[in-house]
Amino acid sequence: MELAYIDTAMARVITVNESRIDAAIAISFKDRMRELTDSDANRIVVDMAQVDFIDSSGLGAIVAAMKQVGPTKTFELAGLSGTVQKVFRLTRMDSVFVIHADVASALGGPLADAG
Amino acid sequence: MGQADQHHKSALTPRNDEMTLVFPAQPMAVRQALKSSLTGLSHLKLSADERGIVEIVLAEVLNNVVEHGYAHHPGGIVELRIKRCGDMLNFTVLDEGVPLPCGDVPKQPIQTLEGPVEDLPEGGFGWSIITQLTRQMRYVRSDVRNRLDFSIALADTRIG
Repeated sequence: MELAYIDTAMARVITVNESRIDAAIAISFKDRMRELTDSDANRIVVDMAQVDFIDSSGLGAIVAAMKQVGPTKTFELAGLSGTVQKVFRLTRMDSVFVIHADVASALGGPLADAG
Repeated sequence: MGQADQHHKSALTPRNDEMTLVFPAQPMAVRQALKSSLTGLSHLKLSADERGIVEIVLAEVLNNVVEHGYAHHPGGIVELRIKRCGDMLNFTVLDEGVPLPCGDVPKQPIQTLEGPVEDLPEGGFGWSIITQLTRQMRYVRSDVRNRLDFSIALADTRIG
């Protein structure tokens, strides 16, 4: 499970360096997200741009990650591919998450300038 | 069924437009089966949208078999058959796991997503996704075997 993070002035940005979040890695995704979201940052942005595919187990793990963060922090997604967007739409989870076109628009500018 | 080996047998060709995959009921084998299926269908020149639909549906159906049908039988074998018929892709999934509850495909009410974040569902999406994307869903339990048939309509198939 390859997740990386960078702390900017605006948010902790967690990048998913996996092409799939599926049943095979859903549990390790949820566990690693728990470690990376347990920080002082009160805003989490998850960069999904490299994720081509999620199944319902992967979606469940993303929902679980948001629930782990708790109500005092925000948990947002960025860069959903076409197939990933489709799974969010079919389950209506697109109405639950804050979803940005990409990380730059989530932070209001290029990532390199945000920190 | 039964004597399947660990390898995928892929045989969809432009001549017969049929493919059969046999694989163990394990998450990584499902990943490989999805990849093999899309490779086998590549000559149909499906759109990105159609490929996405096929991959989503097969992932949900096959994960159900792994996680529920064979929950207590991790060495189980799954057989997936794909056949193109005109502008339809017809799928058959066979396994020897436990039957579906109530003997049929679950008819789930749409889950409510209202209320606080801590009450959001983390599962139970699978059959809802499958039924939205497929047609002609039919489930038969015979003797020790589950058979699920379903179709996906191809909007604009271009045979290469």
